[in-house]
Amino acid sequence: MAPPLELVVNDQKYPVHSDPDTRLLTVLRDELGLTGTKYGCGEGQCGACTVLIGGSPRRSCQVLLGEVVQPVTTIEGLEKDGHLHPVQQAFLDLDAFQCAYCTSGMIISSVALLTQKPDPSSTDIVQFMQGNICRCGTYPRIVDAIQRAAKSMEKQPR
Amino acid sequence: MSSLLNKFAREPELEPERYEFREAPIHHFALDRRDFFKFFGAGIMVFAAAKDALALQESGGGRQNHSEELPKEITAWLHIGEDGSVTAFTGKVEIGQNIRTSLAQSVADELRVSFETVRMVMGDTQLTPFDMGTFGSRTTPTMAPQLRRVASAARELLLQTAAKEWNTAPEKLLAVNAKITDPASGRATTYADVARGKTLAQRIPDEDPMTPASEWTIAGKSLPKVDGRAFVTGRHQYTSDLRPAGLMYGKVLRAPSFGATMTSCDISAAQKFPAAVIVHDGDFVGAAASSENEADEAIAAIRAEWKETSQPSSSELFSYLKQNVASDEPSDLTQSGSIPDGLAAATHRLEATYTVAYIAHAPLEPRAAVAEWKDGKLTVRTGTQRPFATRDALAEAFHLAKENVRVIVPDTGSAYGGKHTPDAALEAARLARATGKPVKIVWTREEEFTWSYFRPAGVIEIKSGVAADGKLTAWEFHNYNSGAAGIGTPYTVPNQHIEFHPVRSPLRQGSYRGLAATANHFARESHMDDLAHAAAMDPLDFRLKNISDPRLRDVFQAAAESFGWPAKKTKPGQGFGIGGGIEKSGYVATCTEISTDDARGAIRVVRVVTAFDCGAIVNPDGLRNQIMGANIMGLGGALFEAMAFNGGRITNARFARYRVPRFRDVPDMEIVLMDRKDIPSAGAGETPLVGLAPAIGNAIFDATGVRRTTLPLAPRA
Repeated sequence: MAPPLELVVNDQKYPVHSDPDTRLLTVLRDELGLTGTKYGCGEGQCGACTVLIGGSPRRSCQVLLGEVVQPVTTIEGLEKDGHLHPVQQAFLDLDAFQCAYCTSGMIISSVALLTQKPDPSSTDIVQFMQGNICRCGTYPRIVDAIQRAAKSMEKQPR
Repeated sequence: MSSLLNKFAREPELEPERYEFREAPIHHFALDRRDFFKFFGAGIMVFAAAKDALALQESGGGRQNHSEELPKEITAWLHIGEDGSVTAFTGKVEIGQNIRTSLAQSVADELRVSFETVRMVMGDTQLTPFDMGTFGSRTTPTMAPQLRRVASAARELLLQTAAKEWNTAPEKLLAVNAKITDPASGRATTYADVARGKTLAQRIPDEDPMTPASEWTIAGKSLPKVDGRAFVTGRHQYTSDLRPAGLMYGKVLRAPSFGATMTSCDISAAQKFPAAVIVHDGDFVGAAASSENEADEAIAAIRAEWKETSQPSSSELFSYLKQNVASDEPSDLTQSGSIPDGLAAATHRLEATYTVAYIAHAPLEPRAAVAEWKDGKLTVRTGTQRPFATRDALAEAFHLAKENVRVIVPDTGSAYGGKHTPDAALEAARLARATGKPVKIVWTREEEFTWSYFRPAGVIEIKSGVAADGKLTAWEFHNYNSGAAGIGTPYTVPNQHIEFHPVRSPLRQGSYRGLAATANHFARESHMDDLAHAAAMDPLDFRLKNISDPRLRDVFQAAAESFGWPAKKTKPGQGFGIGGGIEKSGYVATCTEISTDDARGAIRVVRVVTAFDCGAIVNPDGLRNQIMGANIMGLGGALFEAMAFNGGRITNARFARYRVPRFRDVPDMEIVLMDRKDIPSAGAGETPLVGLAPAIGNAIFDATGVRRTTLPLAPRA
């Protein structure tokens, strides 16, 4: 058996035994047990599997394990010392979900957006988030939550 | 006429288009009283019996009543533990509609405890009472009152118990905030202290008083979703996230097309994968392996041959439906007066045909199940709207007593009426039996788009007449295949013929959020718009002239007022439309503004105002979330969603080809809530959707002068 690859996820090093051509989504969920990242379509169309790789949003169903060189951040890595990330807190405060299956991907994409653009307009948000599907239709609340998070991060940079 | 009104005014029943399940419910109670206290510890337990036949049908009935068994018509129960914890049990399931929260609000309200004290146990065939399923917007109108009655009875039982210990009368005591006090003596105790050391079980009286909505303190408030933190941190475990020890991943070999039958199957190559277990049983061929990739590879190595059959395509769908009326199934007809007389009395007569496409639920969490066998007993965790029906299907498939099958429903990644059938559960259970290990099945998006079932397509024909004064004189309405939900007109018409014709559907079809009410409202409200123009009346005035129901009048007027109807056009390509109706005891009116100013001729919905009356509101914020979601989901079916199929294959079984509403499609939305505390609460997950499509179609007509009679209205835009 080939020696394990090393993957850094949420600031933690993991030896990984899956084949390098395994989808990152599968590795995260099935080998590492990080099931907060969801399968929604397997074709990069719904955004449910979004993770940060080196800080950039990527559809983990479209990334192969062997391609990953930079650290990965998943939904499980946003909460620090029991404190929610401001984006998580804003989603919670505004009830910006219904079934919440899309929520992990929505929150990760929102974090990526706010990193690139700390004070996005609603047009910026709509454009950036266009690849994330919420079939329950909570989009307006998600836009509000991102703007709320932006304000809270402006006051208290993370 | 009065019989017609009665037919559509009475309590909603199981609509005939629930094609996916027609079998009678099989009732059974898994827990007896001794089991109950064994499971949950000592304390106080109260259970509710169904008050009416409809609730019985939904939740229980049937089995012999042995001395230690719970009564046969039980629908809900509640337990107060020795620590004061409150657990309420219902067979309903949480699929994003937020009933875990709203039901807990009703329990807390009635029991006089804090909202945080109440835990809901839902959708577990071993722990919760029988329930037919979570559909038809029935939870709020039927389950919430049943849980309230249980909670009210528990409160009375606590008061009686305390009164006995204090040698006083229960009426002299107060129950507030999980405490019982005696104002006369100043004595006080907690619910926890009263429950300690007891194993009290009580069936509630038939007519237990419930707190009127005007006196609610916890219900009626905008409380946030229970367990919200688990969802924003990714900790909540949906079925597809479960990973029990020794888990294997299952895959199923699918036919190449609908109607194909397997003629030969060679699994020898697949059996060379050492880690995979292959099952070939009847027409089922599946594989389970220690990883999803290995299971996929094993399936790919199976050599099967199929005999395919000729299947209709979506391009010929509507003529196919008209030609394939199921003559062996009775149509559903309501008649009053005489259509020829009504048409003869009319000044303006109209005839039109409307069509609606098959559409997909596309829940973001596909169908999933995790099955495990132990000592001849089967446990399946699965995202289903019908846990008990799934249990029964499993018991039948594997020749098990129902006691030996347990179905548990984790809070699920949405359903919209699409998760009624037990498919994934059966597949996982079959593979788990062969492997002796837990097996998980998660359908791919393509499987979900292909092998689930669809909202029925339909053809609707209307013939109508209106007199010179703007009063309707004749209304003849035929619906082919899409269904009878919302088929009755809420307008006053002396001469009516309303008929639903079942058809042999070319695709597997079933329930959907709003059912056929969406199609029937689209046809009716589009037609009403044309009639208004024929009579040279404003579309709102024309409706109001023909409405006798004050609640319907109120929502139309509320929506119009908030929207600013009639609105004046300020730019080219602008259009305004209105539509509404009554469905599942809820009243909705929707106004829209659309724009066609895009160079490609695309339609953009700019603004939506929805006025909604569902009686007393249980959670205003949750209700707004549902109405907003219904509008956005409805936008897809109204504008662009449609299944494309050819040769028995779905040709757009991917999100890249099946467009669903996204951020950019969202209009400005305004929601007007009519909180009627004097009227029992109706469900709200479905009805807000039905006014949207006709309001958009009517706005397109207003902008372009062209009547679009097909759903979706703008498939290529």
